Amino acid sequence: MGSPDVTSTAVTSTAVTDIESSKMPPAKKKSATEPSTNGGAPASSPEQNREFLHSMLLQRRFEERTAEAYALGKIGGFCHLYIGQEAVSTGVLSSLRPDDYIITTYRDHGQALARGMAPRTVMSELFGRIDGCAHGKGGSMHMFDKSLNFLGGHGIVGANVPLATGVGFAIKYRGGDQVCVCFMGESVANTGAFHESLNMAGLWKLPVVYIIENNRYGMGTALERASAIHDIYERGASYNISRAVCDGQDVFEVRAAVQKAIDRARTEATPTLLEVRTYRFMGHSMSDAVSGTYRTKAELEEHMKRDPIVLLRTHMMEHGELNDDELHKMDDEIKAVVQDAWDFADKSPEPPLEALYEDVYVDTTSDAAADAVA
Amino acid sequence: MPVVTYRDALNAALREEMQRDDRVFLMGEEVAVYQGAYKVSKGLLQEFGEMRVVDTPITELGFAGVGVGAAMVGLRPIIEFMTWNFAVLALDQVLNSAAKMLYMSGGQFNIPIVFRGPNGAALQLSAQHSQAFESWLAHIPGIKVISPSTPYDAKGLLKSAIRDDNPVCFLEGEMLYNTKGEVPDEDYLIPIGKADLKREGDHASIIAAGKMALVAMQAADQLAKDGINVDVVDLRTVRPMDVDAIRASVEKTNRAVVLEEGWEIAGIGAQVVDYIQRDCFDSLDAPVLRVHQADVPMPYAKNLERAAKPDAAKTVAAVRKVMYLE
Repeated sequence: MGSPDVTSTAVTSTAVTDIESSKMPPAKKKSATEPSTNGGAPASSPEQNREFLHSMLLQRRFEERTAEAYALGKIGGFCHLYIGQEAVSTGVLSSLRPDDYIITTYRDHGQALARGMAPRTVMSELFGRIDGCAHGKGGSMHMFDKSLNFLGGHGIVGANVPLATGVGFAIKYRGGDQVCVCFMGESVANTGAFHESLNMAGLWKLPVVYIIENNRYGMGTALERASAIHDIYERGASYNISRAVCDGQDVFEVRAAVQKAIDRARTEATPTLLEVRTYRFMGHSMSDAVSGTYRTKAELEEHMKRDPIVLLRTHMMEHGELNDDELHKMDDEIKAVVQDAWDFADKSPEPPLEALYEDVYVDTTSDAAADAVA
Repeated sequence: MPVVTYRDALNAALREEMQRDDRVFLMGEEVAVYQGAYKVSKGLLQEFGEMRVVDTPITELGFAGVGVGAAMVGLRPIIEFMTWNFAVLALDQVLNSAAKMLYMSGGQFNIPIVFRGPNGAALQLSAQHSQAFESWLAHIPGIKVISPSTPYDAKGLLKSAIRDDNPVCFLEGEMLYNTKGEVPDEDYLIPIGKADLKREGDHASIIAAGKMALVAMQAADQLAKDGINVDVVDLRTVRPMDVDAIRASVEKTNRAVVLEEGWEIAGIGAQVVDYIQRDCFDSLDAPVLRVHQADVPMPYAKNLERAAKPDAAKTVAAVRKVMYLE
């Protein structure tokens, strides 16, 4: 997973990506003998690549406006942006079926959009309005959509990993061939919940793909200061499960790696631990400095040279699948969609006071359903 | 009517509900091959197989979360904690996942799960194996908390808990498993949130749940010898608590003693007292007294443990005190 050999450019740390700039030289091919730049994934068509680019750019522009909305006070609490990691969400989610399940952490906006949640719905939830996916009751860290099998959005580090294992158990219980994909950060691999979950997944052989988005920092603590081992995927050996690592900035590499894991889960009902090496371009959350405290500006700038959107754009342009006009048009459309989401969210009312007491309990039992089955 | 043990009543409830609805499964330590650490799940593996009666590694946090995840996608798990003492490790999944999922998701994901196991002290199990968790759990909106005292109540309430589409914490007791009582053969449910008046009298009300309801009945027997007749309000459910039943009893008797297994500070009994002082102030002829465990970790020595635990004698003394008898 070598980095493309880009020459230094005037990369800034501003929130807004200048993806159209000709300042970014094209990525040089790694070597003549290396496999195609499709990362070994089943070759995707120009149409598919355009979809990937669209998804990643939507996530990027959405998160940029989210940062802006947060600064304006339209979004409160904790807000964890996905900027820089878009190839992971897009690479993984484009490989799934509608009846597969996804469960993730609090850094969930990108994944929610990549799964197909409407920008209006996600933005409304961020703004705490009634048209949000949880009617404003969840917020940034709790994006849920049952119709898309998007199971949230969880705030306690590690808590979603046992949940994902339970989803895998349910799939096996019912004899289906769905897969559950579980996103987590690299710090999660140090938690007890991770250990317990992967042990059960390996022991019981559950169709779960555990994806570690290794962005090298657990909040402000670098991987090397938190973890006794740095090749986190190796932890899979403790549980006798398949494991792999890939470059998370290259959407094709992500797709190739996750496709193998998904196939394994679907056909053999066995889990995989997939470490995806990525980097976040913003701070841990909106409360956090982008650089200068626990990571240097120089390090950030170096990583920003491997912007996943720029990498894909460059690939597509090199292969004649995209030109500047098409990219510009796509970006304008996406920006308009995000502006529409903002306007919609801003006009959406706050939830009524009665909503305070709603959805604490359901007043149903299984009687009707079970008797119908009987 | 057949007389069965509390253990067998629970076993029957599990079996009947697993026969009725094949989404129901049981998971926990030793529930399958061992036939249950306390034999509550005896025979279930043989009848339902290892996909539906699942032995876990010692991973309470993990398997509690497995249950919640399975419930999110439509199964109906029963997660057994060998004792609620071990469930502290799992509390993140009970509190932050199960209890809050429906609310945080804006009503999309309800969690039809039962967490069950023995609660409170047994005999000389020492500090770490003797904890009562009613107040910890009843504090949390989004779950229901049940603590039945008799085989009849246990069976009817466990069935209701399994059928309920919300997360339910079901508190049993090692010391209750061998107790016996009448349990009808035919199918019946007991509604969650309804107390049961197990004894009637005019002089005072004793309010209790779980094994403390049996202690209350012992106290009632002793008091009756002195011509003091008490109501025993067996709460059966501690969240939601049957405030109407509490109120009806105290308005009748004008005096109340609240009996609980846990410690004093912010214990479940404090909540009962709050309901009484708020709703029955004008009916009270005496302050409400509580009988609870001594404010110490549970000691091992037999005499110290006896001294630490609430019992019939302490309950009798409290009733006599609210009656200003000494």
